[in-house]
This record gives sequence, structure tokens and C-alpha cells, in this order.
Amino acid sequence: MAADPHGARRKGELLLDVQGLKIEGRTGGQWQPIVRGVDLTLQRGEVLGLIGESGAGKSTVGLAAMGYVRAGCRFTGGSVMFNGQDLLRLDRPAQSTLRGARIAYVAQSAAAAFNPAHRLMPQVIEARLRDKRGERAEAEADARRLFGKLQLPDPDRIGLRYPHEVSGGQLQRAMTAMAMACRPDLIIFDEPTTALDVTTQVEVLAAIRAIVEEFHTAALYITHDLAVVAQLAHRILVLRHGQAVEEAPTRTMLAAPREDYTRSLWAVRNLHKPQRASGEVVLAMTGIHAGYGAAKVLDDVSITVGRGCTVAVVGESGSGKSTLARVATGLLPPRQGEIRFCGEPLSPSLKGRTPDQLRRIQMIYQSPDAALNPRHTVRDVIARPLTLFRGLSGPARESRIIELLDMVQLGPHFLDRLPGALSGGQKQRLCMARALAAEPDIVICDEVTSALDQIVQEEILKLLLRLQDELGVSYLFITHDLATVRAIADTIVVMHRGRVVQQGPRDAVLSPPYPAYTELLLSSVPAMDPDWLTNLLAARSDARSVSV
Amino acid sequence: MNVIGAIIAKRVGLGLFTLFVISLLVFFAIQLLPGDPASAILGQGATPEALASFRHELGLDQTPLIRYLAWASGLLHGDPGHSLANGRLVADLIGERLGNTVYLAAVSTAIAMPIGVALGVMATLMRGRVWDSITSTLSLVTISFPEFFIAYILVAVFSVSLGWLPAVAFAEAGQTGWQRFANVALPAITLSLTVIAYVMRMTRAALMNVMAAPYIEMAQLKGTRPFAIVVRHALPNALAPIINVVLLNLAYLIVGVVVVEVVFVYPGLGQLLVDSVSKRDLPVVQACCMIFAAVYVLLNLTADILAILSNPRLRRPRRTAA
Amino acid sequence: MTVGRVLRQAPLTAKIGLILIALNLVAVVFAPWIAPYGETQVVGDQWLPGFWDHASMPDGIYALLGTDQLGRDIFSRLVYGARNSILIALGTTALSFTVGVTTGMVAATARGVVDQIMSRIVDILMGFPTLIFALLLLAVLGSSIPVLIGVIALLDATRVFRLSRALGMDLEAQDYVELARLRGERIGWIVLHEILPNATGPLAAEFGLRFCFVFLFIATLSFLGLGIQPPMADWGSMVRENASAISFGILTPLFPAAAIAILTVAVNLVVDWFIRFTGDAHHGR
Repeated sequence: MAADPHGARRKGELLLDVQGLKIEGRTGGQWQPIVRGVDLTLQRGEVLGLIGESGAGKSTVGLAAMGYVRAGCRFTGGSVMFNGQDLLRLDRPAQSTLRGARIAYVAQSAAAAFNPAHRLMPQVIEARLRDKRGERAEAEADARRLFGKLQLPDPDRIGLRYPHEVSGGQLQRAMTAMAMACRPDLIIFDEPTTALDVTTQVEVLAAIRAIVEEFHTAALYITHDLAVVAQLAHRILVLRHGQAVEEAPTRTMLAAPREDYTRSLWAVRNLHKPQRASGEVVLAMTGIHAGYGAAKVLDDVSITVGRGCTVAVVGESGSGKSTLARVATGLLPPRQGEIRFCGEPLSPSLKGRTPDQLRRIQMIYQSPDAALNPRHTVRDVIARPLTLFRGLSGPARESRIIELLDMVQLGPHFLDRLPGALSGGQKQRLCMARALAAEPDIVICDEVTSALDQIVQEEILKLLLRLQDELGVSYLFITHDLATVRAIADTIVVMHRGRVVQQGPRDAVLSPPYPAYTELLLSSVPAMDPDWLTNLLAARSDARSVSV
Repeated sequence: MNVIGAIIAKRVGLGLFTLFVISLLVFFAIQLLPGDPASAILGQGATPEALASFRHELGLDQTPLIRYLAWASGLLHGDPGHSLANGRLVADLIGERLGNTVYLAAVSTAIAMPIGVALGVMATLMRGRVWDSITSTLSLVTISFPEFFIAYILVAVFSVSLGWLPAVAFAEAGQTGWQRFANVALPAITLSLTVIAYVMRMTRAALMNVMAAPYIEMAQLKGTRPFAIVVRHALPNALAPIINVVLLNLAYLIVGVVVVEVVFVYPGLGQLLVDSVSKRDLPVVQACCMIFAAVYVLLNLTADILAILSNPRLRRPRRTAA
Repeated sequence: MTVGRVLRQAPLTAKIGLILIALNLVAVVFAPWIAPYGETQVVGDQWLPGFWDHASMPDGIYALLGTDQLGRDIFSRLVYGARNSILIALGTTALSFTVGVTTGMVAATARGVVDQIMSRIVDILMGFPTLIFALLLLAVLGSSIPVLIGVIALLDATRVFRLSRALGMDLEAQDYVELARLRGERIGWIVLHEILPNATGPLAAEFGLRFCFVFLFIATLSFLGLGIQPPMADWGSMVRENASAISFGILTPLFPAAAIAILTVAVNLVVDWFIRFTGDAHHGR
């Protein structure tokens, strides 16, 4: 039984002491500050959570703790004392000697961080062979033990595989084994579970927590997800714009955050809307089978979207939820099944649809960066659908553009800007204005908030709900995020491996009893509770022993 | 299931098909001659008898398909017909010169490839330093030079001013190995300089591409030393592009020899081709073109197959049913 | 950033390249005013020395770089040669680009069978060394300027096709292009408004590289006696005509050869800087 990770901080010696750290990065030929004077300390065996949104500088701080900056960045001030040595003032060979051996790193994307040309084993033991001058056989045996501790399947032989032969969650654990190979004093975990599905995330989190505790390794755990870090960290440091906002022991911070910004980080989905139902069906897809080439992605999927309602399709990667969106838009004609739009049959392929049908089904994408042509100004972006669908031109079009911008809370001063000059949230609102310019009956939203920071997500969701109230538009909302689903859905469709597992009104789907997969999905979403993971693991092992 | 075998078989098939289409192109290009090919070649003043016999010689009295088949089978049996210019067997004309060209290309390859790859690896290790920018600018300048410019500079320096090496590269029977080498020294150096510059730049580009990968950063964070990072982590992943670079440059050498042989009056296949083009001696042109094309196709094919073999993803495809 | 500031911040190599290109363009435009003698005018004996041995120059003539194998002024022929060589190469590159970009974009947007057929044709054309193919076609068609331009443009267009197809495919996969298709936009509109504006950087760089290739290629053919034909002044042919002088220690053929080399180096230096500059600009956003 693992000890309580939030127990009293060990009064151990100081391991890492970062003072006044300043780092600049080069953008467009100019040096801009990324980290503006950050202090942090870490005792031996302690886990510090480093939390912040994109651009907060948390990864940069994490790498700096190894005395490393990425190309295009530079240290401009401060010190990084590790075991009494200033890493910033060590020469390169001395830094290399520490890295891998005393300080190790676990990257966000294990798939990219493993060298595709080599098998796992030589990569896992590379640092150990170099610095301990140990026997290869001994190092390999130790790596196999670590694989076992990390719950990797077939620990004796998984090291013989190439990275592309191992799944993402397993690679992430193999990378943790690689970091652990030399039994370092400190491991930097840089968003190790962000790229994983929620159900996989639980396994990796549990494995990381167990092994860090077992070897009493200090860790810097970097993430944007407070609920995740709460499961491991003794203390949490909140970063914003390269500066520390607040620092406190985990339980204190969760119970009583001091700063507004910290509070806003877990003011998750304060919005709540009444569940609606509508008699009029806008979009009905029946018995849809679809796929790419030989791969079958959708297997007998049926959904209906009512007027003015939001249908949220939720599932993990590979569940087929995005493919469902592509079928609805006509980009991927289904192999079998029927699509009806406002009561009339809708051609399965784009070519067979009338311009009016194209107008009435609009789409908003996950990444506004990819959805906006970098060479088109805000005006161009909104003007095109107005010209094409509404035949507007001249002053009439101009005033309509301004009206639409106003609807998404962007002012007329944005008209001549290029997307490059907008923030992520502004870009996504521009995409919404473009979709609304067509005056659609239904908007398909494919993970529209997942590329955005927490606070911005909230703004976008509020805006979507308000526009739905005002315009009576329906949403087919594709997402993997259950918190978002809770906030905005009228109807929920749970998908798994191309099939609909469960479907129904929001309140019905979100209350027990659950089908097995929905249960797994719902229980895997980290809660803002430091004991969540411990309780979940206990509950699951109970359930297993009961069933056995 | 042998996926890799299937991929390679497909690639070989494509190579053979390319060669077949090229042979069609080479053979039927002659049809592009405006009007009657025979009179176009012999000119206005040709007698009707001469025209008739020439037409027979070209096989123009037969259907194109039969002519093609006869030509192609002749080619495969090493007999691509007679020269129009002097009536000699094309096979004899080529036979004498093919060896000379292969020798020149082999010497150049032996000089250029190791130096080029080594300089490319070195530039990667020294990236961002003065050495890197000097070699990168020098190589850019070298590949911008036409071969004949390099050749004449070398001639002006090494044979006219210093008198060390011959300006004209005769190849005669009875030369000793050393004489033969000294003879092709200037043409080989000319070719090598350009090839070294290309191979160096492309090797560096391939390595730098890999050096930007996250697993290189991971290796740095594991404390792996710079040399080991380049050699152990970057090189295996850049192997396919580098093999490609080397073979593409071998293919480039084929083209390069044509010019260099003309500059140094070296009796090789390239010079024969250029002479025959100006004399419009089509059987010789066709045969030379087919030889050059076959070598080129073969090199490209080898490059692709080696690239396939060096990729663990293809060597050990992941079982899709997961 | 203004053009002036960008140019001022350019590295020395790029500045040198730009100046050299400008000088060549001046020669192209003002050839008759710059050249002291006519393109084919005989001014003295063959291979007279130039400025380095002014004393041995006959009275009344001043051939800056000496005379050629027929006693024509090398400097004047170099100036006229710039006009012929550069304009022909530019025309060829422009033609190759028009063909290559159009077909490449068609293949990228049409996909399916059309793309398959076009790509296989290009694979086969590229499976054959360009010079050898050009020699074959010249052997059959004979060498004239229109044939030269047509043949080289066709062969070079295969490279442009590959690049624009790849660029087109890349951009076509962007969500904003998918969105345009969802709006029911025509392919032509999509290529013109959504794809090409984002491909101008790489295409401009490629134009420079293709120009260098075409220019060197024509020079090589002329040097082999199969390109631009005498008495037209052309740098490649000038090297060929004077080649035999080198064995007498006369450096005349090096002048036109150097002129070719200088222009290609200049263009390459500028393109190199351009690629790095636009690359930085993309990363920096």
C-alpha cells in the first residue's frame, strides 16, 4: 500500500534551489522574456507541481532545472543550484555527466522522444551504461525490473521492441523507466499524460506515482491540469506569463487558493444550462457505416439532432467521433446508412448537396490556426460566405461583417488584421463568426475548445450557449472532455471503437447506473481532489477482487 | 506476411516499367523528325536509291512495332545495330568507351563520396560555427559553377602553369595503372569537387533535419555526448536520406561525365554521345541513351530499396489488429 | 518590416549576390549602350590580350578583356551574351513554372486517378537523366532556340510539378481549404485564393533555383555545341569557341565561364538567404 503522498513534507536537505531565473526567447529577430524571475526550491524526495497555461513558461522552467535551454532561447539571469552546484555555470561535459544520471527528464510525447531507429532497451539503459560503467546484463536486468514495477506488459521482452511497436501509454511508462535507470535524485515530468486518453492517463499516473514514491525520487511535475497534479504533488507552484503567481502545499491550495488567477484555473465549467428537448429534428443519421480504405471506423451509428439543441458526441481517440462529423459534412460519404436534413434526404457526398444545404450545415474546427488562411484578413474571412451564400457586397456586406464580429465580441478594429495578429480565443471567435455568417441550422463543432486554455475555453463555451439562445442554432459537439459535455449538452452520445455505447438526455446519461464503458470513462476523469487517484485505485482493485 | 518483400517487388517492377517506357521514348523519338526521317537526315540532295537503302537500313519499310521489337531484342543481346555515320557496329563503338567512362566515374566516386559524407557529418557537429558557414558558402559556390569552369581553372593551374598533369586525358592501351590514374586525375577532380559539395550539403541537411527531432533533445537531456548524439542517434535515422544522397550523386556523375569528357577530350561514352548528337547518328544516340538511362534507373532503384530496408517501421510493421 | 530594412539586415553574401544580379540585369537592358563594339564586329586579330597587356594592343582599339578566336571584342560579346543567355533562361524558367505549377496544382486538388496518371508520367520523365533526354530530343529535332526552350522547359517542369504538387497537397490538407470545399467553392477559386497565396515563398525560392539550373543547363548545352548557335553571342558557346586557347596559356575562355559562374553563385546566395529569412519569419510569426 502506497503511503499518503500528501503526508508531512520530509525535512530533508535542499536538492534544487532556483533563484531569480530569467530566460529570453527569440521571436522575429527580437529577444522577448519567457521566464521573468522565478524562484523555486525542492527537497529530496519531494514532488513539486508546476502548473500554468500555454505560454506560462513552465516547460522552459522545467528544462532550466537541468541547466538546459532550447535553441532560440537563452539564460539572462538567476541561478539553478542542484546539490550545491550552479548548473548554469557548469561546463558542458559536467552538465552532461549530471543529466540522465542525477537529473532525468520525461517528455510529453514519448512517441517522439524515443529514437525510432533503436529498440527500447538500449535507449533505456544508455545513460546507465555511460555513467555507472556497469555491466550491460546487469543494467538490462534492472530495466526489466523497472518495466515490471511500471506495470508494463511482458516486461522481459518489451525492451526488444521498437518504439513504433508499443502503444503511447506503454511508451510513456518505458520513458519513466528510462528516467529511473540511474536512480536519479530528480526527475522532470513535462506533461507526461497530456497526450494520452483519460483511461490510459489513470494507469500512467498511478505507475509514475508508485515508482517515484518507492525510490524516494524528487520530481518536478509540469502540467496544465490541476486535477492531475493534485494526485502526485506535495506542493504546487502556479506560473503565469513567466512569473510565479502562488505557491502552497497541495491541500492548502485546493482548499483555499489565494489568487484570483489560481481560483480561475479550477473554476471549471461554472456555466450550466437547463437541459432542452426539441420535437423538430434537424439532422438525423441512421445506421451509418463508414471508414477509410480497409479500416472500418463507424459501425452502425445512429444519431438525431433537434432544433436549437446540442448533441455532444464524446469518446476517446479512435472512437470514431471525428469521423462521424466528417460523414455529417459530406466529406466522407458513408458506405451504408441514411442522412436526413430537416426532413429531406441529404446526399451522402459533398457534390450532391445543394448550395443551400451547404450553407445550412457549418463547421468549426479544433485548431483555429489551421482553420484560418494566414493570408486572409478578418474581413476576407467573413466576407466570403456572405458573398457566396447571401449575395452581399459593398456597404451592406461591410455592415453585416461588423454585426457578426460584434456577435462574437470582436470590434471593428479587427477588420484588417491577419490571423497571426490574433490570440487563440480571438481566432476561434472569428471562426464562429464565419460559421454564423452563413446563417446555418446546425454547426458541427469538432473539439473546438481543446486547443485553448482553460479560461478561454470557458469564454468560448459561454458564447456558444448565448448564440444558441439568440439564434436557435443546433450544435453537433464532438469532444473528449467530459467537463465540457456536462456544461453544454442536451443529449449525450458516448462512442467507443466506432459504436455508440450509450445515448440519451444529458441528465440520464450522467446518472447511474452506467454501462461499463461509460463508467470507466466517467471514473477516469481526474477530480479536484488529492485523494481521487488513491480512492479510484482502491475502488477498482476492490471491484476486481469481487469479480474474481 | 512479408510486407517488405512486397514493397520491394513493387519497386523493382516500377523500375523495370520505367525502363520499358524509356525504351519506347528513346525508340519512337525518331518519329518526331519532321517529314521523312531518311530525307531529313540525308538532306535534300540524296538520290532515291540512297534514300531507299537508308530507309531499309532504318527499317522504315516495316511497321513501328516490328522495328521496336527488333531494336529492343538487339539491345538486350548487345547488338544495337550500325552507326549511320561510319557504318561500324554500335556495340564496338560503345564497347571501347564504356570501360573508360566507368573507370572515370569509379575514381571520382572513390574520391568524392567519403569526403563528402565526412564533411557533411563534420559540418553538423560544428553547426553554427565559423567552419560550418565557411564550408556551407564554399559548397554553395562550387555547385553554382559550371563543370567546364572548374575544369578550365584546373587546367590553367595544373597543366598550363605548373605542368603537373595532362590537359588532355588520352586513354591508350598499354598504360600502367598509375599512368591511367594520372591521366584521369584532372577530370576526376573536376567531377569530385562538384559531387563533394552536393554530398556535403545534402548530408548536412539530412542530419540537421533529424537533429531537430524530439528524441535528439531527449538524448541531450540524457547526457549523451555531442559526438555520440550525431553518430548513434542522428546518423541511423539519416541513413536513408544519406544513402539516397550518395546514389543520386552517382546518378548525377553520369551527367557530369558527359561535359567533363568533352572538356578533356576523354574517349568515353559521354563524348561519343555528344559527337553522335551533333552528327545526328541516331542508332548510337539511342544506344548511349539507353545505357545512361539504365544505370540511372538502377541507381534510383537501389537508393529506394536501401531506404526501405533501413526503416524499422517497414522492416517490422506493427500488427494492425491491436 | 520594410523592404529597405530587410535588405539592410541581409548578410554580406546576400548583398553581394543582389549587387551582382543587378549588374547583370543592367547589362541585359542596356547592352547596346554599354558594349563598345558590335555583337559580331571584328576589331582585330584573334586572342589579343586585354587590359593586362595594354601595350601590345594595336592603335585605335581598346578591347578591355581582349579578343576572341575571330578577333571580336570579348567584353562586348559578354555584354550581349548576358542579354541572350539570361533572357532565354528566364523565358524557359517562366514557361517551366507555368506548366509545372498548373499541372502540380491540378494533381494536388484533383487527386485520385488524375493525380496518379500525372505523377507516374513525371516519375518516368524524372527516371531519365535530364541532360541525356535533352540530348536525345536535340538529336532528333535539331538545335534551335524554340526547341531548346521547349525541351528544357518540359524537362524542368517535372521538378516544378513535384514541388507544387507537394505544396498543394500540404496546403490542401489544411482545415481552411476543407472549409472552402464545404462551402462549395470551385477548385480554381480554392487554388487561387486559399493555396497559392500560402505557397509564394517556397515557389519564389524554387524559381531562383530552377533559373540557376536552366541557366547552367543551357550554358552546358551551348558549351557542348548543341545549344545556342553562333554567331549569336552566348556565354556557353563563347567558352566552347575559345576553349583551345587554354592550352596556349591564354585565359580568354575563363571570362565567359566566370560570367556564368558569377551569376549562378549570385542567384544561389540570394535564394539561400531568402529561404533562411522566410524560414525564420515563419517560426517567429
